[in-house]
Amino acid sequence: MKKHDIKHHLSKDLLLAYSTGQLEEGFSLAIATHISMCDQCRAELESLEAMGGAVFENLEPNEIDVDAFAKTLALIDQTPEQAKVKPKATGLPEPLADYVGCDLDDIDWRPIGMGVKQKILVNSEKVSARLLYIPAGTAVPEHSHKGREVTLVLKGAFKDEIDYFGPGDIELADGDTHHTPVASEGEDCICLAVTDAPLKFNKLIHKIAQPFLKI
Amino acid sequence: MLLETKIRGSDHSINFRVYDIDSEKIESKKNVSVDSTNKQLWAELIKKVESLKDTSAFEELFNHFAPRVKAFLIKSGADHQMAEECSQEVMATVWRKAHLFDPSRASASTWIFTIARNKKIDAIRKQNRPEPEQLYQDQDYEPDQETIVELQQETERLTSALEELPEKQRVLVEKAYLGELSHSEIAEITGLPLGTIKSRIRLALEKLRHSMM
Repeated sequence: MKKHDIKHHLSKDLLLAYSTGQLEEGFSLAIATHISMCDQCRAELESLEAMGGAVFENLEPNEIDVDAFAKTLALIDQTPEQAKVKPKATGLPEPLADYVGCDLDDIDWRPIGMGVKQKILVNSEKVSARLLYIPAGTAVPEHSHKGREVTLVLKGAFKDEIDYFGPGDIELADGDTHHTPVASEGEDCICLAVTDAPLKFNKLIHKIAQPFLKI
Repeated sequence: MLLETKIRGSDHSINFRVYDIDSEKIESKKNVSVDSTNKQLWAELIKKVESLKDTSAFEELFNHFAPRVKAFLIKSGADHQMAEECSQEVMATVWRKAHLFDPSRASASTWIFTIARNKKIDAIRKQNRPEPEQLYQDQDYEPDQETIVELQQETERLTSALEELPEKQRVLVEKAYLGELSHSEIAEITGLPLGTIKSRIRLALEKLRHSMM
């Protein structure tokens, strides 16, 4: 993955929740993808994991079965060793490529209006994760959030009332954020958007369309 | 030389080991804590598992870590049988993924903790866990000894820093890693003493990136 000058990073509480294994799948996808692009946050995560290692090391050991070691060796014999194979390049960071399953150019986008397209990747009860394709110069309808939203730019850039976000940048929004992201001119913008509650669109027409768009 | 002895005290069993590279001399000390030498030992054993498929090195690791993995899984909500089976699977993963262990970025405890944590998410929480892209090391990439030793010392300091945290804060941190805190409670944890180890890991990452170019 090409390295970019990333300005907007993950928050400490998201990283901590991820390092302890408490974060839902959809958010974890955004975290893992950002870290694949950002060594600053990777170092932050690995230092939090070192803290986990310290907690783990201090645990009172639990007695294990007498044949546990023999059983583990048998397990090792049953399953082949992981090969040192580098996965094929799809133009996407690995964790995301696992979910998309194809090259960026081959995604079966679904239009959601005004030239904006989406591809839903995770759609659980609590959290959904989707790729958004926003044509250069186009605005995503103004919306606010009932819950958290984590947006990660993969390609191109967008600007909203808060700042400018380029490849690798993370925007964190919560219930108080109202924003209208506009894709920058010159290049279409692709981002990963994760929300833990449906987005709220502020105009009536979008509110009507929302149930059909699964936004 | 490596010696491991188990002393049965009144109500605790104490594990201690002494590692002496230069001589055959075996020392015994009481209450030997897990020190830097020891941490380096674990890292070397993982290396032996990777390069030599050394079963006795693996057994050393197993005897130390499997009981902790099991304790971790029980604390995380697994019943005994599940924790037993999962800890065997975690240790089998240690064997299979030994080539991915990078002692310049993580101690053995840290690395095995992450495998146990992922097992917990997979087996207990039944969720997928997207993981960051692995940094594939070239065949001939060897992190230098100095970087490894510095990381081990930093891990060491972190362990004592954890013990020195105010009781309330320490309990909160432990609960967080054992999966006993909600998001909002996790957000309240601040002031973790991670500054130095973070810069060490950052440097190790830079060295690794440089070797990948």
